[in-house]
Amino acid sequence: MRRRFDEQLADMHNNLIEMASLIERAIARATKALETQDAGGARDVIASDDIIDDKEKEIEMQCLNLLLSQQPVARDLRQISTALKMITDMERIGDHASDISELCVYLSGQDYIKQLEHIPRMAEATAKMLTWSINAFIKNDLELAKTVIAHDDIVDSLFFNAKKDLIALVHDDAENGEQAFDLLQIAKYYERIGDHAVNIAEWVIFSITGLHKGSQVL
Amino acid sequence: MNCFEIKNLDLFYGGFQALKKINMEIEAGMISAFIGPSGCGKSTLLKTLNRMNDIIEGCKITGSVRLYGEDIYNGADVNLLRKRVGMVFQKPNPFPMSVYDNIAFGPRTHGIKARCELDAVVENSLRNAAIWDEVKDRLKKSALGLSGGQQQRLCIARALAGSPEALLLDEPTSALDPISTGKIEELLLTLREKYSIIIVTHNMQQAARISDSTAFFLHGEVIEKSDTKTIFARPADKRTEDYITGRFG
Repeated sequence: MRRRFDEQLADMHNNLIEMASLIERAIARATKALETQDAGGARDVIASDDIIDDKEKEIEMQCLNLLLSQQPVARDLRQISTALKMITDMERIGDHASDISELCVYLSGQDYIKQLEHIPRMAEATAKMLTWSINAFIKNDLELAKTVIAHDDIVDSLFFNAKKDLIALVHDDAENGEQAFDLLQIAKYYERIGDHAVNIAEWVIFSITGLHKGSQVL
Repeated sequence: MNCFEIKNLDLFYGGFQALKKINMEIEAGMISAFIGPSGCGKSTLLKTLNRMNDIIEGCKITGSVRLYGEDIYNGADVNLLRKRVGMVFQKPNPFPMSVYDNIAFGPRTHGIKARCELDAVVENSLRNAAIWDEVKDRLKKSALGLSGGQQQRLCIARALAGSPEALLLDEPTSALDPISTGKIEELLLTLREKYSIIIVTHNMQQAARISDSTAFFLHGEVIEKSDTKTIFARPADKRTEDYITGRFG
């Protein structure tokens, strides 16, 4: 009876998976460009941000069309409204990968004041959080969504350590200040990516339980 | 305050049990919606609330239904009960008489004869049913000449003429276009303050739009009753979820 609706929902899921994989790739390539000081690779990430934005628009239209044509209720309504909220955070994550790449282009001609240590680990942790949050949505996995939220503490702690190291470097030599500030900004972008993944996970919990951050929103 | 209190209600049509151990309270001054697939018992329960099932041969009812504390199956005057609990059906059913006489029919039956008194009841009922402006110049004309939506509001006005405490509506808009449906829904929302309204509907969006509480019926049982927002956002029972999302029924 609702085969067509189920097909449309599956299509929306596939699009979300595609958008997530574009973003995961953007984060991975931005991080690699940062580590190898590859300006060309960083520019590719910046250029590919439009593809992520287009995907967001496509999913947004798909969700609005489903709201219009299917007038969903209960789990269907929660899933579609969650997808609408998720893509905003996903698009912002894509923007941050692009922001990181812009700084990477700027830093590509300079020797790093310190070997990158915490930032690659932040990149790895946040990419995982994003993947888990999308998987939690597709599989209705409440525990996985909660794991994403718990994992944010690791990212926050890495950010704190990165900041502490950079402050020490500036203390040692004020000449390090400019690059330290850029690296801190990069670390902050990763930390924000973690926050967006948490937002996604919170909406996934809403999709599964009907509660958002413990409160009833519908 | 509860308008109806239903306790351990079983209803049989011959050997078939149409309602099973229904226990439900229906709050006064609210719109309650009954939803569920065809044959689930929602219309049957609606009809027990003003004893419309009495006329069905082989119908047997056990348990109790109280209207503001008064047992309607134990010594109650059925004519008076139907004045207190008005009913509107799926298909508009105006009497083949004038608009005026349709409304005045009930009050006349209950002994009101004075013309000025009847005029007042007719006007008030038609105004309350939001149809006065459309029919005030054709009160003496046949009600059968009205549109489907107007006929249905006329039927609501006819039920209101008895000054009921509760109004039962069995799929009142299923035969109407969206504009007439919208008018009836608006009307029910304005009537909610004065009357307890119970509506049986197959239109999930309608239940979500206008009702305060919703009960889901399946195979003669109440599976879940809750405030409407909860039923449509996060129903507790999987069967409710499956039904409202179109997975069965």
